[in-house]
Amino acid sequence: MDWRAPRTGGLALLAAVILVLPFALINNYWYEVAILIGINAIVCVGLNLLIGYAGQISLGHAGFFGLGAYGSAILTARYGWPPAAALAATTGGVALLALVVGRPILKLKGHYLAMATLGMGIIISIVVVTEDRLTGGPDGMSVPAFTLFGLGLAGERTWYWVTGGALLAAVWLALNLVDSPAGRALRALHGSEIGAQVSGIDPTRAKVGIFVISAVFASIAGSMTAHYSGFITPGKVGFFHSIELVTMVVFGGMASTFGAVIGAATLTLLPQLLTALKEYEMVVFGAVMIATMVFLPRGFLPSLMSELKKRRK
Amino acid sequence: MNAQLAQFLLSGLTIGAIYALVALGFAIIYNASHVINFAQGEFVMIGGMATVAFAGAGLPLALAIPAAVLGAVAVGLALEKFAVEPARGASVVTLIIITIGASILLRGLATLVWDKKLHALQPFSGNQPIELAGATILPQSLWVLGVSLAVLLLLGLFFSRTLTGKAMLATSHNPLAAQLCGINVRFVLLLSFGLSAALGAIAGILIAPITLTSWDVGVMLGLKGFAAAILGGLGSGAGAVVGGLALGIVESLGAGYLSSAYKDAIAFVIILAVLFFMPSGLFGKKSAERV
Amino acid sequence: MIAPQLCVTALSKAFGGVLAVDQVSFDLEAGKVNSIIGPNGAGKTTLLNLLTGIYAPSAGRVDFEGAEVTGLAPHRLAARGMARTFQNLQIFFNMSALENVMVGRHLRERTGWFAALLRSPGLRAGERESRDEAAALMRFVGLDAFLDAQADAMPYGALKRLEIARALGGRPKLLLLDEPAAGLNPTETQAIDALILRLAQSGVTVVLVEHNMRLVMGVSDHIVVLDYGRKLCEGTADEVRNDPRVIEAYLGSTEAA
Repeated sequence: MDWRAPRTGGLALLAAVILVLPFALINNYWYEVAILIGINAIVCVGLNLLIGYAGQISLGHAGFFGLGAYGSAILTARYGWPPAAALAATTGGVALLALVVGRPILKLKGHYLAMATLGMGIIISIVVVTEDRLTGGPDGMSVPAFTLFGLGLAGERTWYWVTGGALLAAVWLALNLVDSPAGRALRALHGSEIGAQVSGIDPTRAKVGIFVISAVFASIAGSMTAHYSGFITPGKVGFFHSIELVTMVVFGGMASTFGAVIGAATLTLLPQLLTALKEYEMVVFGAVMIATMVFLPRGFLPSLMSELKKRRK
Repeated sequence: MNAQLAQFLLSGLTIGAIYALVALGFAIIYNASHVINFAQGEFVMIGGMATVAFAGAGLPLALAIPAAVLGAVAVGLALEKFAVEPARGASVVTLIIITIGASILLRGLATLVWDKKLHALQPFSGNQPIELAGATILPQSLWVLGVSLAVLLLLGLFFSRTLTGKAMLATSHNPLAAQLCGINVRFVLLLSFGLSAALGAIAGILIAPITLTSWDVGVMLGLKGFAAAILGGLGSGAGAVVGGLALGIVESLGAGYLSSAYKDAIAFVIILAVLFFMPSGLFGKKSAERV
Repeated sequence: MIAPQLCVTALSKAFGGVLAVDQVSFDLEAGKVNSIIGPNGAGKTTLLNLLTGIYAPSAGRVDFEGAEVTGLAPHRLAARGMARTFQNLQIFFNMSALENVMVGRHLRERTGWFAALLRSPGLRAGERESRDEAAALMRFVGLDAFLDAQADAMPYGALKRLEIARALGGRPKLLLLDEPAAGLNPTETQAIDALILRLAQSGVTVVLVEHNMRLVMGVSDHIVVLDYGRKLCEGTADEVRNDPRVIEAYLGSTEAA
């Protein structure tokens, strides 16, 4: 199944798309959509490492995203921390949480693992909604802009470039990881856990490691969203967002970093294009999820690539 | 007994009976197909909402209720036929996403067919609270407990006395052997979805007069029913019932004595605790892996 | 007299009421080719799984190079120099053949997360070294034709050899092969035969679980015979071949080996 685009080729293509896209973004609304795609893509690239490459599952990643967002928000808005310090502290905190919670959770497999991550994600979202003195509860809270050395990051165009750069970095890191001993260890675990074990791979250490990495990707994306939007609500922390993220990864193609980006782009755009049919949004989304899994179980990009390969012969 | 404790126990038992019915639905489908049906909660929603709609259209409750249950069963069969069956043998992730997609689809349809408002269903026999052991209990709660008990007894008879029921049990133990004995496994699968849908709908109808119903009432009920199924041991019918009742009571006591704000979190903390410390639940079988 | 490399003492494994391995004891010397044989159901694969940490023993102990290793997890045993192949292939079909063999070298690679994410120069050098060594191992087992292949495109016989190449990646001191000739035709079996001899010559201790008697008698320095989970006898090929208990247990039957 080796249809990966050559590393540098794909990365260069992504960079080109990011550079050229602004010519198509006619107003602030579409910049916003592009930024949202970029943020989702960063989370999905990390989540894909966990689901697609390592063969695990997480139905609670919106929890890490939310913790990143609320962590940055609370530290800057309520305690006056400088945003960069807040970002560092929040990311570190989420990494630590993922490390601690990951150990017992990742000893589970299949449905049980899915349910444990689900429980974790929902507990996080309930805490966020309930601790309203800190988080503003269901109404959310406002977040100061991101400033670094006195320079403020604000506005659609600035954040477009920040997000684009962050996405390129995320993809680069992910591609590096996949093609490394640690990455091979994860893919080996997915291929045959016993075969990996007798080759010297410690399954728990590997799974927890990638869980933490994917949580960090999600957390940073969350912090970025908080500062960009200037406002954060619990909607992004909940079960539905976790499912959206998993669907993006699976739709784009498991074990494909670029697939994750495409999945994020497609399923972020879909609701935007359906705003005219706002009432049908859920029906369409649900139908897309079912249809993709039934007809394209390996995801959109891998199916496309094998079709192209077949045609070439 | 302390009146407050009695109150918590009674309300815990009531909601626990609902969780038990939902959990049974999970167990039946899981046993037949090893699929975790994340759309189970939507059957609960359809039960309540459809009854409200039929009653609102002029049907007496005695007709609206069976009609709603049949509607839910139809949806359950359609779910199996069009979403689950085409993906037989797919991976765990795939199946999870399919049933989650189905639940989103059904909720979307609910907002189109009905609306996003909260709806009340009239209690079956009035609203006069009854005194019991120093606590008050709504007549509807007695309906919940009574009907749940009756349903459980009927199910027990079905699985142990009828040929179809035994065929379903056989399929859950060993689908291949069941097929070789002439059992139509695909039919058993359809039946399991239909039966679970009926159970969910009944639960939704029973609880609607107490907690109101709406398009998204199934999400939490489904997840909590699932927590109960895991607590009892995934795949065990008795476990589902015990798990449901236990969850209802623990939730009620926790909300009453510890923190009502975190009531919803209790079920999920229980999921994590069970999965960490005894993944096969109270009644589940521990399986050994053969290499 | 050199101390034995592997000491198995009264090792037992019960599955519920069934005693699959019953008080088995034997010692293995370093650098020799040892075979474990016995009729179907004798407990050979269970014994192998016990030695490689896949099952935890119900009783008994295992010592490797003087240190107790009873009940250690498979990856820890790998770190001590044990490697194995499987009767039912545990190949990574989601990776290329070369990558499969590279995974075998896991313990000798830079496995840190940060180096991986940032693709440090040290990591890049390590990757080149890993690829070269993996390719060399593939040639050693005779898989020159498959250097660029994907694992899921390879024939069964090649995959069996691929697993051996992977197992060799960690430069193991003890290599346990679970029915390496199962499912192979006579030509392929001869190739495995030759490979095992090459392995023995390179100084690796080989433990072979096999049904194919010609292969076993041809390569083994030492044979342990199991029957119904118990050790029936052990010794050289000639000793075992002529032992009446062994003949009665299963060599006497028309084993078309």
